[in-house]
Amino acid sequence: MTDYIPLGRSEKIPRSVWLAPLSVVLGSMTVLLPIIATVPFLPPFGLMMLLGWRLVRGDAMKVWMPVPLGFVDDMLSGQPLGSAMVLWTLAILMVDVLDTRLVWRDFWQDWLIASAAIGLVLIGGRLLATPFSAHVDTALLLQIVVSAALFPVIARFCAWLDRDKKRQ
Amino acid sequence: MAPPRNRRPGFSRRAQYGLFLGYVGAVGGMLIGVALLLLSTFNPPAFAAVRGFFSEITTPVASGLTWVRTSVAGVPGGVSSYWNVRGENARLKKQMADDALLVDRARTLNQENRHLREMLKLRDVSTDAVAVARLVASSIGSTRRYATLNAGGWQGVKSGQPVRQPDGLIGQVVETSPNTARVLLIVDSESIVPVRRTRDGLPGIATGRGDGLLDIRSASVATMIFQPGDSFVTSGTGGIFPPNIPVARVIRTARDIAVAAPSANPDALDFALVQQTFLPEPTPTPSASPSAKPAAQKK
Repeated sequence: MTDYIPLGRSEKIPRSVWLAPLSVVLGSMTVLLPIIATVPFLPPFGLMMLLGWRLVRGDAMKVWMPVPLGFVDDMLSGQPLGSAMVLWTLAILMVDVLDTRLVWRDFWQDWLIASAAIGLVLIGGRLLATPFSAHVDTALLLQIVVSAALFPVIARFCAWLDRDKKRQ
Repeated sequence: MAPPRNRRPGFSRRAQYGLFLGYVGAVGGMLIGVALLLLSTFNPPAFAAVRGFFSEITTPVASGLTWVRTSVAGVPGGVSSYWNVRGENARLKKQMADDALLVDRARTLNQENRHLREMLKLRDVSTDAVAVARLVASSIGSTRRYATLNAGGWQGVKSGQPVRQPDGLIGQVVETSPNTARVLLIVDSESIVPVRRTRDGLPGIATGRGDGLLDIRSASVATMIFQPGDSFVTSGTGGIFPPNIPVARVIRTARDIAVAAPSANPDALDFALVQQTFLPEPTPTPSASPSAKPAAQKK
């Protein structure tokens, strides 16, 4: 494709416009797996897809998109309504602030940022949803570690979903 | 990696305002989220209807996945039972002959028991099954312990009803939609079940710990009373859970709290049984005002 768009001809809309929100919702829907768990263990795939898209392709989604996506996640996840809406938006705003500070960065830094965001969102969700005295912290720590370890896979997956942009 | 594209969208006012309004939207949405969060913290069933709408859409997916899981898990059993069926047939025939005598004796005892109960004018509290359905999904990623039941208001399931399996109590229905219900498992950290020890009827309270186990506290004033192996059943106190459903077995004791493992495994490939609440809600007392009286008589 050429560098310029001829007058009167519209730019082809990249696939990520609809695929990014859809993949986040599908990530949130992994909680429909038929397992009746007694401890939390599933990584928050919706949040990980959101962070993956944000870090792989910053302009894939508008900055307010975490609000409706978090709403859908709250409906499915069992957390009190509003927790993902608030925490996901905070995580994305945090990445936005870091974008202005850490300008030149490698994937290692992205991984670190994503792990911190996942950890903060999961800990925040635990504090909002469960009484302080509950014995859920070991399971939560394991969940955070597993999620952080899985993030590179999710980031590669987002980049793979976004491959039509590169080909243009 | 190169820095992302410059965040200033250029001289276009429209693009600048668009970016700014995006951030306004994000912060505004977050404030709405805070308001919703406060509402759902202080009034947990506030958004039951919205959640029910979503669960009506997603539960068929979970049910399909459950069907796949049960089919796959049933394959080894099916194969082995095919090979063992002849031997099992012979064994069962022999067992039936052996049991015939026992059945006769049990029938006699049953009849005698009925007569005796009639003489004592004991009233059997009905603990009828409301619905039999599968638990199809749960909050796997959250620290709360909810499960989704594949039956709801149209099947007669109501909020507050206990849910059990053959081997013990699972939880309590907290929200219903037409075809699905949300079950708070007894291992959730906000679940409380009144229990009593099977050995001597010592009353206690079983609360969830959040890690798949239960804390059992004595309801009477006594210390160092629990021993590993003590088993607990529901006591019927509070009128929600019918008495004598197995709840938990103590695995270790702390000072005045015992840690217990629940009797039922909700993840077993088994049906869950929804029962009536033990004692129905009290009927509203007739009001003393004369205007209400004729209305009551009409009924």
